[in-house]
Amino acid sequence: MNAYRPATNAARRRQRAVRATARGIGWLSIGVGVAELLMPRTLAGAAGLRGREGMVRACGVREIVTGIGILAARRPGPWLWARVAGDALDFATVGTRAGRRGNRSLALAAIAGAAMLDAGCASAIDRIERRGKPPLRNYSDRRGLPLPPNAMRGAALKDFEMPPDMATPALLAPWPPTAAIL
Amino acid sequence: MKALCWHGKKDVRCDDVPDPRIEDPRDAIVKVTSCAICGSDLHLYDGFMMGMEAGDILGHEFMGEVVEVGSADHRLAVGDRVVVPFTICCGECEQCRRGNFSVCERTNRNKALAEKMFGHATAGLFGYTHLTGGYAGGQAEYVRVPYANVAPVKITNGLTDDQVLFLGDILPTGWQAAVQCDIQPTDTVAIWGAGPVGQFAIRAAVLLGAKQVVVIDNVPERLGMAEAGGATTIDFDHESVIERLNDLTGGKGPEKCIDAVGMEAHATRSLDSLYDRAKQAIMLETDRPHVLREMIYVCRPAGTLSVPGVYGGLIDKLPFGALMNKGLTLRTGQTHVNRWTDDLLRRIEEGQLDPSFVVTHTVALEDGPEMYKTFRDKKDGCIKVVLKP
Repeated sequence: MNAYRPATNAARRRQRAVRATARGIGWLSIGVGVAELLMPRTLAGAAGLRGREGMVRACGVREIVTGIGILAARRPGPWLWARVAGDALDFATVGTRAGRRGNRSLALAAIAGAAMLDAGCASAIDRIERRGKPPLRNYSDRRGLPLPPNAMRGAALKDFEMPPDMATPALLAPWPPTAAIL
Repeated sequence: MKALCWHGKKDVRCDDVPDPRIEDPRDAIVKVTSCAICGSDLHLYDGFMMGMEAGDILGHEFMGEVVEVGSADHRLAVGDRVVVPFTICCGECEQCRRGNFSVCERTNRNKALAEKMFGHATAGLFGYTHLTGGYAGGQAEYVRVPYANVAPVKITNGLTDDQVLFLGDILPTGWQAAVQCDIQPTDTVAIWGAGPVGQFAIRAAVLLGAKQVVVIDNVPERLGMAEAGGATTIDFDHESVIERLNDLTGGKGPEKCIDAVGMEAHATRSLDSLYDRAKQAIMLETDRPHVLREMIYVCRPAGTLSVPGVYGGLIDKLPFGALMNKGLTLRTGQTHVNRWTDDLLRRIEEGQLDPSFVVTHTVALEDGPEMYKTFRDKKDGCIKVVLKP
């Protein structure tokens, strides 16, 4: 036996929400990718990247691939992190290459928002996937005590003297007084 | 001789260095048979403790055989097998006579530096910055032990190195952490950190009669070892620590809280941790006090906080209002090792506790630099590394 316990109900609900968000990101990625493939001129113009339609189409392919990866993979975490990397690339591209025409600020804000969503979801998925891994080593036999802990509870007290400088002041001691419980 | 030397952040090397020699009549030279990497060594490795210099020999958990004694040391003899406490103490000053060995008034050679940092100097420590005396450490083939007629614990029985090595630091540290909680049979003791000190604090809390022991960590191997010792576990990656602790205590919170983490808390989902990391990155804060904040918040009013975890400098956004208004008692300090060594050695001899359970990796001294990394990253199920020079 080890510390690897099944998730509580609240944790399961959180995990379902995270996985649903990941699936949503996957479909969104495919949708954006298709739009970039089919409407490169419109999207390039909106982001101030007129004349770079080829690059927009390439981004569309990337979006579709990562979207399919997120939806199809048993472990979508790496695909979500790939999206975060793509967001960073998009941010740098729009930030440095966009011309004055088009709404560069809006495009940058949209990419930053997407990056935050992707990174948050990727982190959450990582945590869930880590939980899914059993411990590398099993230390469940490393008790350090000669008997099970319940049998050893209080075993030191028979010959242990509490140092006065570390004792709890009487008024902070449990109520009713511990002596009565003993 | 070979020794593990600090050369900068994340840079530990196994170097050839000069052999130590007797410098004072109270000295002894010990040939190290076993030494260990401590969690607090990682604060040096990660560059969070001030006062290190390139070439400093690391290590404050070690034991071995006495091979030379000074003319004024009439307690030890060549051939004695000893565990050396990490705190160097004179045994004569006011603090030592009161049993407060970790704040010995004499053994810190760099008093002026320590006074600037802490207001007053504390005891000299082996292998732990020039703030605490700049003494060469024990992750080496040989080590000079100052005031050797005071602190070293003679081992005269057939116990193995792994069973007694930790008498020099982490076993008394976990024990003192529990003792200074003054555990009552009705108490829930919550322990943050299931590293080696946390593991010993769990066993100490059980042996001292806690009704319930709860440990908080996120490393499966460590949580597994904690459960084996009798703790209920909380994985902070997947559960709210505060909600769960309140659930386990009928909404009242644990009476006693132990911080076995210290300055490098790794809470992954908390805003205050992100805040601490940002401030640390721009050098506006030295330590990350997430655990202290959480303990203050969740501890039952009139409860006790025990802090064996090492802090080195400045922390920010500590809810002192909660600490004060809840009437919490705060107990801290480096461990007064020699207060506990005789009692703990007896308990080991009697079989009440076998500290060797915590050892997960035993390697040669030359492999030390790599093991620093493995231990720091909690890879390969690493909980405690013992080095064999």
